[in-house]
Amino acid sequence: MRSDRQQSAPLALKIAAAAGLLFLHLPLLLIFVYAFTTEEKSYQWPPPGFTTQWFAVAWNRPDVWQALTLSVQVAAISTAIALVLGTLCAAAVSQTKFFGRETISLLVILPIALPGIITGIALRSAFNLAEIPFSFWTIILGHATFCVVVVYNNAVARFRRMSGSLIEASMDLGADGFQTFRHVILPNIGTALLAGGMLAFALSFDEVIVTTFTAGQQQTLPIWMLEELVRPRQRPVTNVVAMVVVLVTLLPILAAYYLTRDGDQIAGGGK
Amino acid sequence: MSAEAMLRPAPAVAILPSRGGIVGALSDLFWRKPGLLLFLMLAPPVLWLGIVYLGSLLALLLQSFFSIDEFSGLINRELTLKTYGELFLPANLDIIIRTVTMAAIVTIASAIIAFPIAYYAARYARGKWKALFYLGIMLPLWSSYLVKIYAWKLILAKEGILTWLFEKLHLMWLIDAWLSIPVVGGNSLSVSATGTFIVFVYVWLPFMVLPIQAALERVPGSLIEASSDLGASPAQTFRNVLFPLALPGVVAGSIFTFSLTLGDYIIPQIIGTSRLFIGQAVYAHQGTAGNIPLAAAFTVVPIVVMGFYLWGAKRMGAFDAL
Repeated sequence: MRSDRQQSAPLALKIAAAAGLLFLHLPLLLIFVYAFTTEEKSYQWPPPGFTTQWFAVAWNRPDVWQALTLSVQVAAISTAIALVLGTLCAAAVSQTKFFGRETISLLVILPIALPGIITGIALRSAFNLAEIPFSFWTIILGHATFCVVVVYNNAVARFRRMSGSLIEASMDLGADGFQTFRHVILPNIGTALLAGGMLAFALSFDEVIVTTFTAGQQQTLPIWMLEELVRPRQRPVTNVVAMVVVLVTLLPILAAYYLTRDGDQIAGGGK
Repeated sequence: MSAEAMLRPAPAVAILPSRGGIVGALSDLFWRKPGLLLFLMLAPPVLWLGIVYLGSLLALLLQSFFSIDEFSGLINRELTLKTYGELFLPANLDIIIRTVTMAAIVTIASAIIAFPIAYYAARYARGKWKALFYLGIMLPLWSSYLVKIYAWKLILAKEGILTWLFEKLHLMWLIDAWLSIPVVGGNSLSVSATGTFIVFVYVWLPFMVLPIQAALERVPGSLIEASSDLGASPAQTFRNVLFPLALPGVVAGSIFTFSLTLGDYIIPQIIGTSRLFIGQAVYAHQGTAGNIPLAAAFTVVPIVVMGFYLWGAKRMGAFDAL
């Protein structure tokens, strides 16, 4: 706690901050309005009328369902792989000191530090060189690679806050390594892993740049969306799908926030 | 051996009974040889990232030293710098300069818009407001990238909300005047460089807010008060105290905005002119043209630019603010 009294912010700062937040949120709200518009051919504003008929139309479109199913499958498997790899890496980096530790953390961060198109084209040309046909699994190979970092970041933050003496105490009380992991480490990092897993899922579910390079004929939901953006077929259906995607990604983010809010970002809790 | 036997607690004392068998043996082995455990923990992620990611990256780099035969269109697998030479053709150099300039402007604009949000969130927002600000940044950050672009397609369309708003305000002449400026303008906002710029800023802005906020959280409020007690005006305090302390955060955020803009090929394709960006050039060369060597050489540009950028950022201590 700071001892100084609470001051109120200057008006200009309040306005600038509020304007910035509005800039971030208004475009997303607009998506919700357009999902109900009766206009089919253009992006006319204000909408000439409102209807819910497009929800039924979108519901009966098999291509939307196929894309959605593929996206969920890819995201689930990539998240599972990322959870294992990310946790192992975070445990090794945060619990021990060894030569090349910095290099390892750099290696984990690299897939998202470099532009996605580089990851994408690198994987694509490697698949071509190795003559691996594009399939469901090539998409997963790409997705898991950049999902590792999200899990890793969450796990590392939690490991750092976890006192090493807990593990020592567990060992002193006679637990072996596996028991310590099961009864001490796992309950401590559980929520962080869940949060990391959800974010990884959201990341994979939404990924399009790498996917365009690693997918063959399959369409994930973002690829379906991209097709509609480049060559619109039925705009109202795109509007509805866009709204649903916003709602679906909202939930894991809110959940991840509630799981990690205690202590991961305490005011002034930095260095 | 005997020392170990003495150190091992008697089974009766242990709260959890010590397990025998292979699990117990493994546990003991890891305890005696922490290096082995470390190796086993690191091997899967390092192998995955090393083979799948670094392997592909190196394969790509290797291909940038190949060249394409102009007559047959086949890839010639002799190492040469000819493909890199092609990057310096005026048309390709244009693409590189356009992309780097856009990345720089987008970064500066994001920093300017992000700073007030981050500052308010770090210094004034408390309790419920703090959570609201945090979610207010996280939700747009994690919202679907394509949906965000789509939203701007709706906004910037000729029949869209922005035109409607400016017509109501009788300010249409302002947009028309702006669109008639050669480089930044175009037929409508959705096919102009200005449109591309707005969407870039919108999509990457949350990546800028979070690190700046993290940096500002570490600035004690008493420092700002001390500065004003010593007679500094708010502007002086900002320039001499606040900004230098927030700079690592700004640089950390700029790593994202800069890198993401350099490699993006979807935003300029959907909202923008027909002039290419690096990402689009890479996509075009690897796709229909089948000129993988040139595409690979193009990807080296962002890698090199980001390499210098990260090196500079590390020297400014930006990684602590990530």
